[in-house]
Amino acid sequence: MTATTTVMKSDTSNSYDVVAIRADFPALNLEINGYPHAFLDSGASAQKPNQVLEQMDQAYRFEYANVHRGAYTLSQLATDNYENARTAVAKFMNAKTPDEIIFTRNVTAAINLVAHSYGREFLKAGDEIIISHMEHHANIVPWQLLRDAIGIELKVVPVDDAGNFLMAEFEQLLSSKTKLVAVTHVSNVLGTIVPIKDVVLLAHIHGAQVLIDGAQGIVHEGIDVQDLDADFYAFTGHKLYGPTGIGVLWGKLDLLNKMPPYQGGGDMIENVTFEKTTYREAPARFEAGTPPIVEAVGLAAAIDYVSDIGLTNIAAHEQSLLAYATPALSAIDGLTIIGQADNKAGIISFTLSDIHSHDIGTIIDARGVAVRAGHHCAQPLMDRYGVAATARASFGLYSNTQDIDQLVDALNYVKEIFS
Amino acid sequence: MEDDIRELYQEVILDHGKNPRNFRHPEDATYEADGNNPLCGDRLTVFVKVGGDESIEDAAFEGRGCAISVASASMMTDIVRGKKIIQVDALFDTFHKMCMGEEIGETPEEFKDDLDKLMVLSGVKQFPMRVKCATLAWHTMNAAVHGKEAASTE
Ligand SMILES: Cc1ncc(COP(=O)(O)O)c(C=O)c1O
Repeated sequence: MTATTTVMKSDTSNSYDVVAIRADFPALNLEINGYPHAFLDSGASAQKPNQVLEQMDQAYRFEYANVHRGAYTLSQLATDNYENARTAVAKFMNAKTPDEIIFTRNVTAAINLVAHSYGREFLKAGDEIIISHMEHHANIVPWQLLRDAIGIELKVVPVDDAGNFLMAEFEQLLSSKTKLVAVTHVSNVLGTIVPIKDVVLLAHIHGAQVLIDGAQGIVHEGIDVQDLDADFYAFTGHKLYGPTGIGVLWGKLDLLNKMPPYQGGGDMIENVTFEKTTYREAPARFEAGTPPIVEAVGLAAAIDYVSDIGLTNIAAHEQSLLAYATPALSAIDGLTIIGQADNKAGIISFTLSDIHSHDIGTIIDARGVAVRAGHHCAQPLMDRYGVAATARASFGLYSNTQDIDQLVDALNYVKEIFS
Repeated sequence: MEDDIRELYQEVILDHGKNPRNFRHPEDATYEADGNNPLCGDRLTVFVKVGGDESIEDAAFEGRGCAISVASASMMTDIVRGKKIIQVDALFDTFHKMCMGEEIGETPEEFKDDLDKLMVLSGVKQFPMRVKCATLAWHTMNAAVHGKEAASTE
């Protein structure tokens, strides 16, 4: 492994060195349409620091071979890197053992894995799955497919106007028919931080198991899966400053080992004959075929990177940006923030008068500002708030107040054009 | 870039976007189709009343979308009235090329005024991701008059 020089950023004396951090991200230093790059779309996918890119470059150039196969030096090295990445993820999430960490393509693939494997093994017609109104399509559609395949029922926990998860309503939906509760940790649209610990407690009282979509949550809050005590927690690497093409499904080991394989192929088998094949235990059982080897290395480097800065420091930084941006944006005449939950992460969805979010997106791009425009893969939630689309600014560990000032200026420019 | 923005969001477009013409549901429509831009969430329904000689007696639309897609639908429903379906097909073809920044060649005299008007939308050629916004209404119209129920830009 190459030693990458990391500036000490985990200065606990509270000086969060955002300048040094930004220097690690080449994309942030681009000029976009003649303006500094104000990248406010980390919620869709985060930019990558040099440390991640360098580790991946190293892994491809000098440490590359297929894993779990060859008896030669590089294959051993690549296998070690891949398995060390699993250990790094396990440590990051405080999993009991690396065997609980399954590498997938992204969080979508992780949820589909559970829907197929767990869903078809443990659920039957008439059983119920509870999701919430603020789920991403990735945590809706796999359950609908399962519903259509085996005849389960889907129940939806409502949200209030501010975007809070309604715990009392959730409690009422729970019954002996509930087999699984699948909810997001943090809403990618509203920024709402769902009290998932309470969700888990209540679900377990009713004998239901819990899957948490941690795509946004792990980034803004981090996770301790033993403390949370859910049954599955899934996330995606590219939102955590890591590469695309890799996601993680964490599951309790005894549960994983009771689940049948999802996809068949190489690496996941113990013994194959044409009559009968036996499968390995988790995680290998769920990792058929050549895995995302270098992506795992990149993810581990990203985890190193955020751990160096410190998740608590990052969360505090994002909270300070949220506290700065919320009044600054609200002060714009005609701007409405969608999602004002009591407990929020650094995500702000908004509408501006009756200007469509795509017009906003195109126009502010001319001022170097990148936000997401559209329904954010959460159409039921858009319907809930009676909007077709919103614009969304989301913060990352490298965001700064200048990005927000630039956004505010650019939104005033939008208003000027539409005036 | 800001010049391109001003060119795209010129007065005419903003006006059509804010006060769309023919924004209604005619009861006597002979055809209708839904247009859907799944990535943006833009949704339009286009209504047309086609007379005996294959000519369009009335065109209208409902739905929601960005300024570009609404302005385009507004202008389109004005322009196609009184035209024959094959003329509308030809016009769509030329308009599409215009939005893509392709050569449109010699424009027939009969379309000259219409294309002059539609020219204001050609600013989208600088914004590839917005071409679908400008053409959604036309795709939907095309689906309607050719008896399909829905059009999608995907
Ligand atoms: C809450 C949430 N769930 C799921 C996803 C899907 O992530 P991916 O496309 O990486 O599978 C996203 C990201 O768009 C998200 O924000």
